[in-house]
Amino acid sequence: MAETSAQKIIAHAAGLDKVVPGEIVTCSVDLAMIHDSGGPRRVRPILEKLGVGVWDPDKVVLISDHYVPAVDAESAQILDVTRKFATEQGLPHFYDMQGICHVVLAERGHLKPGMFVVGGDSHSPTGGAFGCFMFGIGATDMAGVLATGETWVRVPETVRVEVTGGMPKGVSAKDVMLALCARLGMDGADYQVIEYTGDTISTLPMSERMTLCNMAAELGAQTGIIAGDKTTAEFIRNAGAEPSDFGRWLTDPQALVRSTHQIDIAALGPQVAAPHSPANSAPVAEVEGVKIDQAYIGACTGAKLIDLRMAAEILEGRDVAKGARLLIAPASQKDTAVAAADGTLATLTAAGAIMMPSGCGACAGYGAGVLAEHEVCIASTARNFKGRMGATNSQVYLGNPYTVAAAAVAGEIKDPREFLR
Amino acid sequence: MNTHGLIKGAKVWAFGDYIDTDVLAPGLYMKSSTEVIASHCLETVEPDFVKNVNKGDVICAGKSFGIGSSREQAAQSLVYHGVAAVLAPSFGGIFYRNAINHGLMTLICPNAKQITAGQHISIDATAGSVCIQETGVQYSCEPMPKHLLAMMVDGGLVPHLQRRFAN
Repeated sequence: MAETSAQKIIAHAAGLDKVVPGEIVTCSVDLAMIHDSGGPRRVRPILEKLGVGVWDPDKVVLISDHYVPAVDAESAQILDVTRKFATEQGLPHFYDMQGICHVVLAERGHLKPGMFVVGGDSHSPTGGAFGCFMFGIGATDMAGVLATGETWVRVPETVRVEVTGGMPKGVSAKDVMLALCARLGMDGADYQVIEYTGDTISTLPMSERMTLCNMAAELGAQTGIIAGDKTTAEFIRNAGAEPSDFGRWLTDPQALVRSTHQIDIAALGPQVAAPHSPANSAPVAEVEGVKIDQAYIGACTGAKLIDLRMAAEILEGRDVAKGARLLIAPASQKDTAVAAADGTLATLTAAGAIMMPSGCGACAGYGAGVLAEHEVCIASTARNFKGRMGATNSQVYLGNPYTVAAAAVAGEIKDPREFLR
Repeated sequence: MNTHGLIKGAKVWAFGDYIDTDVLAPGLYMKSSTEVIASHCLETVEPDFVKNVNKGDVICAGKSFGIGSSREQAAQSLVYHGVAAVLAPSFGGIFYRNAINHGLMTLICPNAKQITAGQHISIDATAGSVCIQETGVQYSCEPMPKHLLAMMVDGGLVPHLQRRFAN
């Protein structure tokens, strides 16, 4: 019988010939990613209680990104526990303050097609861009994985999203996801895996594919996945690792999928999600003129090198509007280094952008850059839940990096394509 | 709750669709202890929840309860306040796992939103049934998968694993 990529990977991890959607199976984990917030400070006491250590240190990647750099005694303590845990457990893959976990995990060559991966973070579907089955779990679940090297999974059905057409100016992968959130709702893909296909996908660089999979979380999906191809292999090689055989994990042409959704990206303009849900997305024209206090380019969703370059395209030769502030937290140290070398950072700072440390920062209300009561922000992040970025009644709009940069320049939400002509 | 996943005459708190993890466990307080985080649980949608919730109460909500972050303090906050079960037509996938891992019953119940605040319900998680005491109306829900029910009645994943490692 024809199988989806997810079925093939899960069956392999479960040591079974075949699995079917709905079935609950126990899988061996190829890799577990944890960060400072949901990681050591929460799993260490559980491992102590169980009287065991990490099952296989080589299969664990630890990344500090949520509370970096420390801003007070509590966050310093959380980071201290994180570093001590790395030493105690002898973890060979510890990236301290190198950037946001989902981005660092990829750029250091840890992800390959066919892997069964868990991450202690809800945006773990990002890793699916590499043709692996990667999903997010909570801290106790993660402690169970670290103790045993295995976890249970309910085999998901597959939802196919077919993206076709050439990417217009001022549009990015982010807009595909905001449009999908509006179309399908935040439970549009409950417990399912979204597989992205179509001629546009094969033309996208890995960072844009990561954005697609990243926001599968906003559709309620268990994860997203994109079949490995030449672009995937090249990225893995450049990250210093050896790519795996991706052909083995491809979805069979006749495999059953629950539904298929088509997106013609050529007909898509920039989208903006109004407060307080990514599903409140609509073409930018519907919210043009909304005055903003803060524009934020950050997070695993919207601050990779490619996102910084999008913002720079808008900001080149322009200034951030009086009364507005633009905060930029690049997704990783590596991305920052390249952006510094190629002049992107100079463009951003010349326009008046305030550069922030690489980390999760204000996106989840953890780091510097949170909002006061009634303040309005437009962000390149993935979520605009009530109170997420600061005060309960602050207002967060979501857009692609062009749109966020354009709002910073105009002091209000504006169609970025007007700046790209 | 006894070892068979039975709850009797529990008071209902009712919530709408998409109660997300930032509403259950606001990011602003994530550095703090579960106790502090729990004191802000649901405050953006029901400021009196924390004050008035009692041990053994249950939540009936709309779709995608617990959607969002992987932070399990969202589930732990409810456990902290003694919430015995959450019934909803669908759950955020990670929240669903987190809840069971902390011994919190989560039941997929298509009619959960029809149950109103202040009513009292009885639940049989194995059979997959819910009965409203005041009206006698019965709704069905998906029976909890056996191994998850076992983990939940053990009190969650950690006690469950403790048993496993002890053997």
